[in-house]
Amino acid sequence: MSTCGAPAQGGDVVVAPGATVVDGVVVHEGAPVPGAYVRLHDGDGEFTAEVVTGPGGEFVFYARPARWELRVLSRAGSTTQQVDAAVGRTSVTLAV
Amino acid sequence: MARNDVLVSAEWAEANLATPGLVFVEVDEDTTAYDTGHLEGAVKLDWKLDLQDPVRRDFVNKEQFEALLSAKGIANEDTVILYGGNNNWFAAYAFWYFKLYGHQDVRLIDGGRKKWELDGRPLTDAPVTRPATTYTATEQDLSLRAFRDEVVASIGQKNLVDVRSPEEFAGKILGPAHLPQEHSQRGGHVPGAINIPWSKAANDDGTFRSDEELAELYGAAGLDTDRPTIAYCRIGERSSHTWFVLSQLLGQQDVKNYDGSWVEYGSLVGVPIEVPATA
Repeated sequence: MSTCGAPAQGGDVVVAPGATVVDGVVVHEGAPVPGAYVRLHDGDGEFTAEVVTGPGGEFVFYARPARWELRVLSRAGSTTQQVDAAVGRTSVTLAV
Repeated sequence: MARNDVLVSAEWAEANLATPGLVFVEVDEDTTAYDTGHLEGAVKLDWKLDLQDPVRRDFVNKEQFEALLSAKGIANEDTVILYGGNNNWFAAYAFWYFKLYGHQDVRLIDGGRKKWELDGRPLTDAPVTRPATTYTATEQDLSLRAFRDEVVASIGQKNLVDVRSPEEFAGKILGPAHLPQEHSQRGGHVPGAINIPWSKAANDDGTFRSDEELAELYGAAGLDTDRPTIAYCRIGERSSHTWFVLSQLLGQQDVKNYDGSWVEYGSLVGVPIEVPATA
């Protein structure tokens, strides 16, 4: 395989027709948190994927329309937030 | 096989970065991660450039692997300490790969790069060079590696452990959600496979769960320890993580990793696929 690595967090996000992207930023006291671990869990709480935030605290998941749970683990703090993702792009800010 | 033979803690690793005879090696899914900071003295392996044949979809061959390790300054008698991102996905893949080519002493840093960063341990961007060696590999140990025909023939015969997320197992998505969805031709799983996501074997900080917790996990999921086991995921890195757990931590015999995994199986013509009914 030549393609596997996650795209750069903070890079261009392309949403294919019918696809869902859940993205956003992790912040602490208003400042972005790079290097935070963001996890995507499904409606049953099962782990689905994890990314590390980019320099601006950005993260991107390529998912499907559904209710998801985002969990953040970082040295600055942790948080959990649910998101209802529709077709297209759903962006959230996660404060830790 | 004992846990202490194949795992080291981050604390132990930090205390032994300069110990002669140890070679720290970083392998990440994000192949740029090493360049932003790595353990002092650690060398980088790029899973795409170093561990994949540039033409065929296969591993580098014995001679290529020997040349790679020689150039990286890794000797046959060295203890190789692997670590990486994504809860050690590709570090576990490299562990399995090193065993495939017969390296004797290989270990993982428990929790990998994630645990190291969460602990706030030091990273450096200083270049690392090691004197070249003359590394000699064995032929691939195919008792560790499954191919597609064996997987098809194993349906109903062996434990087939699908370690992907339930979303992927059910065919709702075709790959991990941190990747653009560009994967196999079909979704679903190998008939009869049991879904034990790799993530259940790890704590939130990326360290492995205890032996007791792991034995309970696989037992409760229906793994028959009297049968041989084949683990698979999408391209073989998450299933390396599970192969490591089953064979190296739990000491199960006859465990293989199917590195072709779902990208291959889900694109084969004519093989059986199971897709759960939509609730």
